Amino acid sequence: PPNIMVGETLNLVKNVLVKLMINLLICFSSQTFDKILIANRGEIACRVIKTCKKMGIQTVAVHSDVDSSAVHVKMADEAVCVGSAPTSKSYLNMDAIMDAIRVTGAQAVHPGYGFLSENKDFAKRLAAEGVTFIGPDTHAILAMGDKIESKLIAKAAKVNTIPGFDGVVKTAEEAVKIAQDIGYPVMIKASAGGGGKGMRIAWNDEETREGFRFSSQEAESSFGDDRLLIEKYIDNPRHIEIQVLADKHGNALWLNERECSIQRRNQKVVEEAPSTFLDQDTRQAMGEQAVQLAKAVQYSSAGTVEFLVDSKKNFYFLEMNTRLQVEHPITECITGLDLVEQMIRVAKGYRLQHKQEDIPINGWAIESRIYAEDPYKSFGLPSIGRLSEYQEPLNLKNVSVRVDSGIEEGSDISIYYDPMISKLVTYGATRGEALARMEDALDNYVIRGVTHNISLLREIITHPRFISGDISTNFLPEVYPDGFKGHQLEAGKRRELLASAAALYVTVQLRSQKVLSPTPVERSHWELCVQLGEGCYAVEVVKSGNVYNVEVDGGTVEVSGQWNLASPLLPLSINGTQRMLQVNANTYTHNLGFFGLGTTPSTLLFLAAQLNSYMPEKVPEDTSSILRSPMPGTVVAMSVKPGDTVAEGQEICVIEAMKMQNSLTAVKQAKVKSVQCKPGETVGEGDLLVELE
Amino acid sequence: MAAFSVARRSRGLINGLKVSFRSSGQLKHGAVAAPLLQTSLHRDSRWYSAGHLSVKERIEAKRRAALAGGGQARIDAQHKRGKLTARERIDLLLDTDSFVETDMFVEHRCSDFGMEQDKNKVTHLPEVIFYFFNIIFCLCLFCFSQDFTVFGGSLSGAHAQKICKIMDQAMKVGAPVIGLNDSGGARIQEGVESLAGYADIFLRNVMASGVIPQISLIMGPCAGGAVYSPALTDFTFMVKDTSYLFITGPDVVKSVTNEDVTQEELGGAKTHTSVSGVAHHAFENDVDALLNLREFFTFLPLSNQDPAPIRECHDPSDRLVRSLETIVPLESTKAYDMLEIIKAIVDEKDFFEIMPNYAKNIVVGFARMNGRTVGIVGNQPKVASDEYVVLTPPPPFCCLDINSSVKGARFVRFCDAFNIPIITFVDVPGFLPGTAQEYGGIIRHGAKLLFAFAEATVPKITIITRKAYGGAYDVMSSKHLRGDVNYAWPTAEVAVMGAKGAVQIIFRGKDNQAEAEAEYVEKFANPFPAAVRGFVDDIIEPSTTRKLICSNLEVLARKKQVNPWKKHANIPL
Repeated sequence: PPNIMVGETLNLVKNVLVKLMINLLICFSSQTFDKILIANRGEIACRVIKTCKKMGIQTVAVHSDVDSSAVHVKMADEAVCVGSAPTSKSYLNMDAIMDAIRVTGAQAVHPGYGFLSENKDFAKRLAAEGVTFIGPDTHAILAMGDKIESKLIAKAAKVNTIPGFDGVVKTAEEAVKIAQDIGYPVMIKASAGGGGKGMRIAWNDEETREGFRFSSQEAESSFGDDRLLIEKYIDNPRHIEIQVLADKHGNALWLNERECSIQRRNQKVVEEAPSTFLDQDTRQAMGEQAVQLAKAVQYSSAGTVEFLVDSKKNFYFLEMNTRLQVEHPITECITGLDLVEQMIRVAKGYRLQHKQEDIPINGWAIESRIYAEDPYKSFGLPSIGRLSEYQEPLNLKNVSVRVDSGIEEGSDISIYYDPMISKLVTYGATRGEALARMEDALDNYVIRGVTHNISLLREIITHPRFISGDISTNFLPEVYPDGFKGHQLEAGKRRELLASAAALYVTVQLRSQKVLSPTPVERSHWELCVQLGEGCYAVEVVKSGNVYNVEVDGGTVEVSGQWNLASPLLPLSINGTQRMLQVNANTYTHNLGFFGLGTTPSTLLFLAAQLNSYMPEKVPEDTSSILRSPMPGTVVAMSVKPGDTVAEGQEICVIEAMKMQNSLTAVKQAKVKSVQCKPGETVGEGDLLVELE
Repeated sequence: MAAFSVARRSRGLINGLKVSFRSSGQLKHGAVAAPLLQTSLHRDSRWYSAGHLSVKERIEAKRRAALAGGGQARIDAQHKRGKLTARERIDLLLDTDSFVETDMFVEHRCSDFGMEQDKNKVTHLPEVIFYFFNIIFCLCLFCFSQDFTVFGGSLSGAHAQKICKIMDQAMKVGAPVIGLNDSGGARIQEGVESLAGYADIFLRNVMASGVIPQISLIMGPCAGGAVYSPALTDFTFMVKDTSYLFITGPDVVKSVTNEDVTQEELGGAKTHTSVSGVAHHAFENDVDALLNLREFFTFLPLSNQDPAPIRECHDPSDRLVRSLETIVPLESTKAYDMLEIIKAIVDEKDFFEIMPNYAKNIVVGFARMNGRTVGIVGNQPKVASDEYVVLTPPPPFCCLDINSSVKGARFVRFCDAFNIPIITFVDVPGFLPGTAQEYGGIIRHGAKLLFAFAEATVPKITIITRKAYGGAYDVMSSKHLRGDVNYAWPTAEVAVMGAKGAVQIIFRGKDNQAEAEAEYVEKFANPFPAAVRGFVDDIIEPSTTRKLICSNLEVLARKKQVNPWKKHANIPL
């Protein structure tokens, strides 16, 4: 009997082992890496970690000291601090990142976008240590990373290119000469550039000189490489890019296009896939050229070929981004592919799983980039701060809303990193559906503590020109020639806002009576006055139960709602239409977000408003004789000293923020009274820089 | 505009009077006699002497005169100064049609220096201030409003008598007094009677102190002896650009000390809310001030016999505040804003800060937790002591200094007097060193804050967010001073002093300072030493702070603690 027992046990063990082997084989067939290090931060690091988790891969986050409690650090299985806040000391610190790889035993590195994603040296160092770089091979990065070389390769691969000068420009004067040869307008851009940094458009000799100076400085500070090139600037073009995916076996696919024409200062704001502009033939032609280029450089991994498309559907190769793009989620939405997963598979050496005919266009996807910036200042100057309140449109998440973010309530938006808060993606069977969801999602997005660009995004996606698809990279300056001023409320909407403000006021007033002891008598009839901007509107409110009938501005509005005075979102039914208002309470004035508009209607009893007219107006500061910093940043140059006389429009100083250099100029001719800052100093928004006489 | 609103007001009042006459008539005669009522009334009025009618007429005339104040010309002048009239202010402050005015018929009694004539000239002008039984948000209070349009609001014997009368009433029923001050000072023509009037008011201010909340809103000049009434009340608010408080005006200052100073510099709202600490808050203008005062009033109990008010609350008491997890910076030398913590924790971010511009290194003010009024005291790491602001760079922390100790102490005592629980947020590296502080008496001033916290018997909850060093740890509502619930965040450091200083003393002259410092940090720069001794009740996740405070307050509402009998304590003034 003991022998039999042993035999049975052996059999059992055998069975288990066989099963295990089969399981392992199944596993190995898609087995990629055990552990991946993500050499990035913010939303993209979180995005990559999510896919890794899905694939059962361990993750390692790297972070700077100020990021040690960032979301990506919390999400990852392990985290390593790679240095101090400035990117050059942490996220670009190759030595520290290489150490982190060694310490954690990560087998591969996903670089995300930006930082080291297109850095050939980094890829080389990884290769030298036998660590897989999840991205293309070094030679492709090298070839496509340089705009001059990439253009030559593209030409050779029979890809349409823009006329221009195929060489490095050395001096400002040379730049002027070349620009004159090509003919204005011209585009000056950093050879190593990307993401709109180090890029300037010049329409004349003077602007060329200035552009040369700024671009080379920005290129130097952003990429450590100040080489510039110049090419013909195609006026009023669309920016459409093709997502490509290639493996290490010579296979390549194009995953349709992304329309990225809505830009400000050459940085994308709203993207969509597919494009309303492309027909199937153009799409195919662009896709095929993109694949030709990818094959020409033996590309592997995900990449993006950017094209400028003119009004006649001529398209020109702009550049190839050898990394995952910020706006990749919209391609994922319409194709159903997980690009990060594909990148990891390809990096491991697998063949592509799909064929070109397997790539669908299912539905429509829109992406809005939510930035911490002030859209009222040149469509977005960076803003910093702490997200004192932050609520993603979670209530809508199950209806095809995707939010890729790397921050949470309490996170800091600092001057050190990109001011992007999140990418808000909505998806629908049709473009209309996707747009409607985007509108809802933007209205439901609560961001407090930093200035954000939701008002601008909301305006863009509801603008008739955008809805009809009539867009170009000049969309913003064309639609808002005098700068973005916020949503202009027409009379009906204004009435709704006034009525809501008045109803809210009454609710707040009545709530103040609800103290434990006495039972209050509720007043049902209120005569109020709502001050909105310059206008003051007499309002009569009659309350019956939870419904307010508001007589205002020559019309009657019925407002009802649940009136939770603690919630930042106030869903109201206004004349039967559901509207989402955002509330930021401040005693008797409420900051109300309505149509993305941050308005501050101040509601007073009619009597108080009357008496208010006796109140003296406070004299505002004379802003023409002082120069304040429009954004937080660092002073890089101060061009004046006390006693100097400046002409109108003359540069006074240059502020660098989020790696963008901004020249501040005098608004009038004046003598400089005092200079309150010096180069190298960090300044906050609204800080006094220079006083004029 | 002015004429319109005043007319509206008076019409309303007169209508109200008519209605009340009519209804009282009905009551007297009864429903059965109703058909006869009108005729009998008419007949009566015709039948009886003209004297009866003339009294009625005189009543009406007096009321009209009272409502007109100092006359249209003076009302216009008041408006031109950017100020409202006494009645307009009352209208704004109180719930619509909620007030009852008394002593409308009181007149001044002075006949010297042509005052008799003057009185005649303005048709037997009724006295200059009003007194009301009033209502704000359905809560009752007593309130007086000095009328600058009548004799410049100067204080006569009768004027003082009216104020005293309402204060006595307020004491009788236990309801707050709000004074809207707009007065040129004593009425010189009345001499000592006016001074006696001031003293009568002062005495009542003192007697009412700690019994009913007293609030002064300075809406015009307030000079000389008059300033002591606001100074004796619990809160003094001012209106920017139009209100002044000083013992002696710029002219006298010039003649005595030869200083050139404007009214605004000497005693304007900015001076008193940021330099002297006399006033607790400044508002933009009359309307803003009165509307804010309404809001402020909702925080207060009616008297020391009432519990802290509880208002309907929409903010969940168990709300987790995730943003607090990251608010305290990792580097212990880096600043953060205590106001952010306070606003994130309290109901609906609604925090009424007291003295926001004075001794900014300590934050005090009112808020609500689950609807219940609480007093908040917090060190402000964002701001260096007033004294150090001139140094560059300023020291990064909020040491306690003379001004912040006094500011905190007075606030704590108010809360204790009126049953308002106190929540203290602690991040304090100690008392501010230096000769200026020592010579200024930081020892006795710091003792005030210590005294106030120790003496307080209301619920006391303390949260140590970061540093609690040295004597300042003891002072800031520590467990040892009868703190009811004391929490520490994981970032808390409770120790005698910072690592650097401690190591220099403990290991004086030794080489391995850095190592010793590391050891000290390991041992003391965390909440454990205090927690193992029970000096903090728990180490809590910052996000749960609101939830815990709310539930603790619920339990502590039953707290009853009595100090030993004494005539009064002897706080080191």
